[in-house]
Amino acid sequence: MTPTLFFIQALNGLQFGLILFLIAAGLTLVFGVMDFINLAHGVQYMVGAYLVAAFTAWTGNFGWGLLLALPTALAFGLLLEVLVFRHLYDRDHLDQVLATFGVIVFLNQAVKFIWGAAPLNVPVPEILSGSVEIADGLLYPVYRLAIIAAGLAVAGLLYVLVSHTRVGMLVRAGATNPQMVSALGVNIQRLFMVVFGFGAMLAGFAGAMVAPILSVEPGMGDNILILAFVVIVIGGIGSIRGAFLAAILIGLVDTVGRSFAPNLLRFFLDPATASQTGRAVAPMLIYIFMAAILFFRPSGLFPAKR
Amino acid sequence: MTDIAQTRPASFSAPSPRIERVPLVLFLALAAAPVLAPLSGAEGYVLSLLTRVMILGLAAMSLDLILGYGAMVSFGHAAFLGIGGYAVGILASHGVEDALVQIPVALAVSALFAAVTGAISLRTKGVYFIMITLAFGQMLYFLATSLAAYGGDDGMTLSARSVVAGAPLLKDDRAFYGITFVCLLGTYLFSRAVVASRFGRVLRGAKENPIRMEAIGFQPFRFQLLAYVISGMMAGLAGFLLANQAEFISPSFMTWQRSGELIFMVILGGLGTLHGAILGAAAFLLLEEFLPELLHLAGFMLSADLQARLVDNWKMVFGPLLILIVLFARGGIMGLLGRARPERREV
Repeated sequence: MTPTLFFIQALNGLQFGLILFLIAAGLTLVFGVMDFINLAHGVQYMVGAYLVAAFTAWTGNFGWGLLLALPTALAFGLLLEVLVFRHLYDRDHLDQVLATFGVIVFLNQAVKFIWGAAPLNVPVPEILSGSVEIADGLLYPVYRLAIIAAGLAVAGLLYVLVSHTRVGMLVRAGATNPQMVSALGVNIQRLFMVVFGFGAMLAGFAGAMVAPILSVEPGMGDNILILAFVVIVIGGIGSIRGAFLAAILIGLVDTVGRSFAPNLLRFFLDPATASQTGRAVAPMLIYIFMAAILFFRPSGLFPAKR
Repeated sequence: MTDIAQTRPASFSAPSPRIERVPLVLFLALAAAPVLAPLSGAEGYVLSLLTRVMILGLAAMSLDLILGYGAMVSFGHAAFLGIGGYAVGILASHGVEDALVQIPVALAVSALFAAVTGAISLRTKGVYFIMITLAFGQMLYFLATSLAAYGGDDGMTLSARSVVAGAPLLKDDRAFYGITFVCLLGTYLFSRAVVASRFGRVLRGAKENPIRMEAIGFQPFRFQLLAYVISGMMAGLAGFLLANQAEFISPSFMTWQRSGELIFMVILGGLGTLHGAILGAAAFLLLEEFLPELLHLAGFMLSADLQARLVDNWKMVFGPLLILIVLFARGGIMGLLGRARPERREV
């Protein structure tokens, strides 16, 4: 376990955590404000990735692709809200889980129908290709650094929006006590549309950013959705700060755990058993982590005061 | 309508001694199927489809026991299918092929897993409960994918179905159908007894108002945990049967999507009616099985190419259908059946 390797894994973990945060932010606000469980949030990430793939292929430029993909993802999110989600607000969680499950089934098949089942590749934009030396003999891909920078920038922007603007104030108030906010005469329905569309766009942005480093394929949103739920549950539902912290934690635990669990176990077990158990334990780490946190804090790290 | 009339039905109705029509018809139809199947000309296909319906019906019913009567939304119930399945696969690969060993092991491991994860999950409420059960389900899923010795991601094919006391009783599809039927009927009757007992009433009481239950001297936690363990064991039994039917097991038995499907079956059938869960499983699986066929028929005016595309992408119809069912068929199949009866008024 060299320090260099550790550093690189930590950067990868940070990058993964920031992507998770972009997805979890919309999910946690939608949940906090409308008490709405949206399983289809993951497919919005997938849609973002597909849109950027399509627009990049069309314009031949990743920048233009991204610029076109974002408003399209926003429009798509609003369309889903009007068609499906609007009719589910006064239903219980179970109905919401099931109806949004139907949306997943539909959209996973729809992208297969439109783009085929084979994974798509999005080339890394030329300006951001290659690697830089960030320390002695330590090369790191520029594109991943760009994801980290973009993720941090969006997180910062979101922080300013949520804690220093009027809409942000309403969203925060809505996440803590929606009845009170609507009693004060705010149109919570419209507030929700804003939050929802914005959340869909953030998830789409996350999908678009990872498109060049992952393969774009049907179902790619399904597993990341579960991770985003893990993040918002650990963070405390409705809390942006909680989601940020939990996302970074999960990103680090997952990425660093995967590469170091076998090494750590080597202190206790013989090498062969250690690498085998390590490989088995690594993907489970975050779920163990989540169970442990919820055992001590049943409503997450930063529970909304109700 | 007065308040008293409104509060009466659910909580105060005593378990009625009269035999209900729906479950009677359901089980009679399932019992008659092996006799009628040869008439269809595709006996093997019909029996295997119905066996699958009964196995997943058993799993859905086990979920309904905690979901419908205890309001515990377990989003990781497919994990128990996996435990039951891997009990068969792992034991068989070590030469233990007898169901009389495999079933007790499957039940014991399911009970242990349910007891440990249930005790932790029940500390949380509402959506946190949904998510923590999901997390435990995912844990087991990833454990299964990393079991390289037992197939890992690809799963493992069983060399043969389990034997019962050394006899290859499950080998014949009709006998396997019969045994599955007995398992389903047995667990159904057992579940009914559980629900009607004092235990079941405390469970329902804890669902409606946990504080009231505590005030009159019950600890809801214990009842909920025991119900969770019972439910997990039943689903483990379903996993044993599922592995034997498919003669194959893989981590795909316990993906979160599978858990979602189980919840869907329960809702589709009608929450809180045990036979409703079986009907829901039947409706779900039959829809999945025949929707491509139906689309093929519906597309008779289209060109052959478009027709084929429609059939290939049947899930694009299936998904919206699920949404419409949730939006418009409240109360599920049992709700629809109940509405047809004149004596039961809608409140």
